[in-house]
Amino acid sequence: MNSGRRIAAALLLAFVTGAVQAAAMDFEEARLLLNRTGFGATPQEIAVFARLSRGDAVEKLLRGTNSVARTPAPEWAGDYVRPGRMRGASEEERKAMQRQQFERAVELRGWWLAEMLATPTPLTERMTLFWHGHFASSLQKVKASKLMYQQNLLLRRHALGNFGELLHAVAKDPAMIVYLDAATNRRGQPNENFAREVMELFTLGEGNYSEQDIREAARAYTGWSIEPETGEFRWRPFAHDNEPKTVLGQSGNFDGDGVLDILLGQPATAQFIAAKLWREFVSPEPRNAEERRELARIAKRFRDSGYEVKAALRELLLSSAFYAPENRAALVKSPVDLVVGTLRQFEVGVGDPLPFTLAVTQLGQNLFAPPNVKGWPGGDAWINSTTLLARKQFLERLLHMSDMTNMRMNDLGKVPGAGRMGMEGRERFARAVADVRMDSSAWFGRLQTATGAAPQRILLAGEPASPLPGGMPERELLRALLLDPMYQLK
Amino acid sequence: MKPAMQRRDFLKLLGAGALVSAAHGVAYAQSPGAYRNLLVLIELKGGNDGLNTVVPYADPAYYGLRPRIAIRREDVAQLDERAGLHPALAPMLALWQARELAVVQGLGYPKPNLSHFRSIEIWDTASASEQYLSEGWLARAFAANPVPRSFAADGVIVGSQELGPLAGGARAIALTNTEQFLRQARLAAPAGQSRNNALGHILKVEADIVQAAGSLNENYAFRTEFQKGGFGDVVRTAAQVIANRAGVAVVRLTLNGFDTHQNQPGPQANLLKQLADGLVTLKTALVELGRWDSTLIATYAEFGRRAAENNSNGTDHGTANAHFVLGGKVKGGLYGQAPQLGRLENGNLGFAVDFRSVYATVLEKWWGVNSSNSLGGRFGTLELLRA
Repeated sequence: MNSGRRIAAALLLAFVTGAVQAAAMDFEEARLLLNRTGFGATPQEIAVFARLSRGDAVEKLLRGTNSVARTPAPEWAGDYVRPGRMRGASEEERKAMQRQQFERAVELRGWWLAEMLATPTPLTERMTLFWHGHFASSLQKVKASKLMYQQNLLLRRHALGNFGELLHAVAKDPAMIVYLDAATNRRGQPNENFAREVMELFTLGEGNYSEQDIREAARAYTGWSIEPETGEFRWRPFAHDNEPKTVLGQSGNFDGDGVLDILLGQPATAQFIAAKLWREFVSPEPRNAEERRELARIAKRFRDSGYEVKAALRELLLSSAFYAPENRAALVKSPVDLVVGTLRQFEVGVGDPLPFTLAVTQLGQNLFAPPNVKGWPGGDAWINSTTLLARKQFLERLLHMSDMTNMRMNDLGKVPGAGRMGMEGRERFARAVADVRMDSSAWFGRLQTATGAAPQRILLAGEPASPLPGGMPERELLRALLLDPMYQLK
Repeated sequence: MKPAMQRRDFLKLLGAGALVSAAHGVAYAQSPGAYRNLLVLIELKGGNDGLNTVVPYADPAYYGLRPRIAIRREDVAQLDERAGLHPALAPMLALWQARELAVVQGLGYPKPNLSHFRSIEIWDTASASEQYLSEGWLARAFAANPVPRSFAADGVIVGSQELGPLAGGARAIALTNTEQFLRQARLAAPAGQSRNNALGHILKVEADIVQAAGSLNENYAFRTEFQKGGFGDVVRTAAQVIANRAGVAVVRLTLNGFDTHQNQPGPQANLLKQLADGLVTLKTALVELGRWDSTLIATYAEFGRRAAENNSNGTDHGTANAHFVLGGKVKGGLYGQAPQLGRLENGNLGFAVDFRSVYATVLEKWWGVNSSNSLGGRFGTLELLRA
């Protein structure tokens, strides 16, 4: 090929790519992109994005994402109460402390839910939740709400930033130190919990390290601890094992940060995180060789960028697999998706978010308390006979807000820990439910103004599973759509 | 079983989907006993510490490895001159004395994996250590030897959202309590065509709900008194499920919290007490229903714990473990091998009995179905059932 033809070919290629990038997305693509990166895209939002090209839409989503929450911090956010100081405490003091822990946990969940409901950049909350499931820690063990609150701020700060920085920061995060017993990991008496989970779940994934690597890495993490009185990170040089270690074939007198850098140096780390992002945003797994190549490209882009989360997301959100018709409706909505998405979709007026924090918990996603260090398994596992029925019941009650008070009051006893809320909590719950405003005819009005599209094209990720009879009144149609199995998918 | 299976495949080939359920009936009719025998699995989630559950109290090495958390010799509930139960399990001594409690020591598998998630996956799918399977061992067994369609479900999961050995195709219902389940079931409707795996999964769950709700329609009034709260509620719900006439093949209960890296003694004692009370209550309820002789109860967990205590008054992840098998048809006694504390590998116990031998015993001896296909090989059975 002579140089003139090469230039012509390059120009042609640039033109074709440019044309693809510049063409406006269709309505379905805009809906898909917004629902998977946000919560319950409204007709107005979809109409705006449907006018953009894929490239412009993705840039718009990635630009100016919040890294701090706007919802005012809970009042106690700066107040550290050392958990477990029960020795010598009277029965009443003990009960008061447990009650305080419980109340703060409820407020903390409500605080995050309020942020998810109000945020102008839902992708931030989605990624904060993604990292919460990835770097799982739980109030059940950590107990001090302040530490879990601060971990949440940390996850949000780095949610769309740099994964390497996030990993280093979260490893020294006090809630994580408590959760994975790092403080009891001492020279000569290692506790392997953190060393194991950091390799298996945070970076490399199962099968990319040996038991010997875990033993050696545990020695490197010795000395990381917290100050029991303040709950702050503390380095204890005398507990640190200063002898040489060998981790993944590299030898040296590593400390914890040194081992984290070794883990970040492994290609398996980028592959592991990219595969998890794929499951979060695209489909349960790549369908074919073409999609596996796209996933490999996302992982490489992530690694080459020095672990910039936005670099990985940009590649992912512009991949052809993301928009492939076969991958539409391939993901199950999480409880947060379902609850926050529905409330945002219908612009439901929510004062005190208490009823909805309890709903999310009941559906199997107790924020700040994932089931174990692996986080929520997600996907099909969200849906079993119990949770599917609870989802439908939630949606039905939202449509009939008048019934909600009595019925949910009865159910309150079944939410773990709700018994401890006492009369005061029950009254608060009843007031909160009374304040909820759901106006479905206003939604139909907004739909008309914004797009004129059929309601199922907004609410469902695909054709309804049960065919809709024609000529249904608005409220019945809405009920049929929300109870359709397709509403559980995105 | 075999001819019925071939007939079922033959019908499938003909595309006679509607007739397949009739074929199930045929399969059942040919071995009427199979799933009238009920299996109750109890998961001790987090990895119960077997050494402090079935205590080798006569072995000085045990006290050497656990200077702070060992169960004192004078506190154990003795089974024989070497093994004794954790004192919180004392309520189970009556079962032991009635010769209805088998204690299987040294349960594990080659090349043990010490991750919670991977190891429970190995136990749930009955895979080899380096083999990755997506279906639970019971789901595979039920695919090969279907549970009668008339049953409320293949299995009911109580106290957990994870389907474990029933994952990947079994008709499994997870519920917290039966009354609530029945109240809500009206929201499910079996309809629609599956277009992808996610939708297929939801439609299947809807269909399972409709079927189970049609059968679980009685509310048995037990004379048995159940413990309130925690595991007591789980046992009560399980008993409610078992009391229904339509039948289920398996009920799986979960007791969570055994991952005792730190300050183990108090929490483990509390959990074991809940377990012992729960098992004793469950027996009472099964006797009341006339099901004690047709029920086999077995505990399991992802792994046991490290032989030596750690520096936090707890124990780290380990390998081989002790478990319980009980029921009216169980030949009580000690099975397997006592912990060989003098021969640890990297601080961990070697295993003596492959966990898949317990599964083979359930499949072959309890249900009378073939085990090698579901378990991916032949595993010897344990002689722990009375004829």
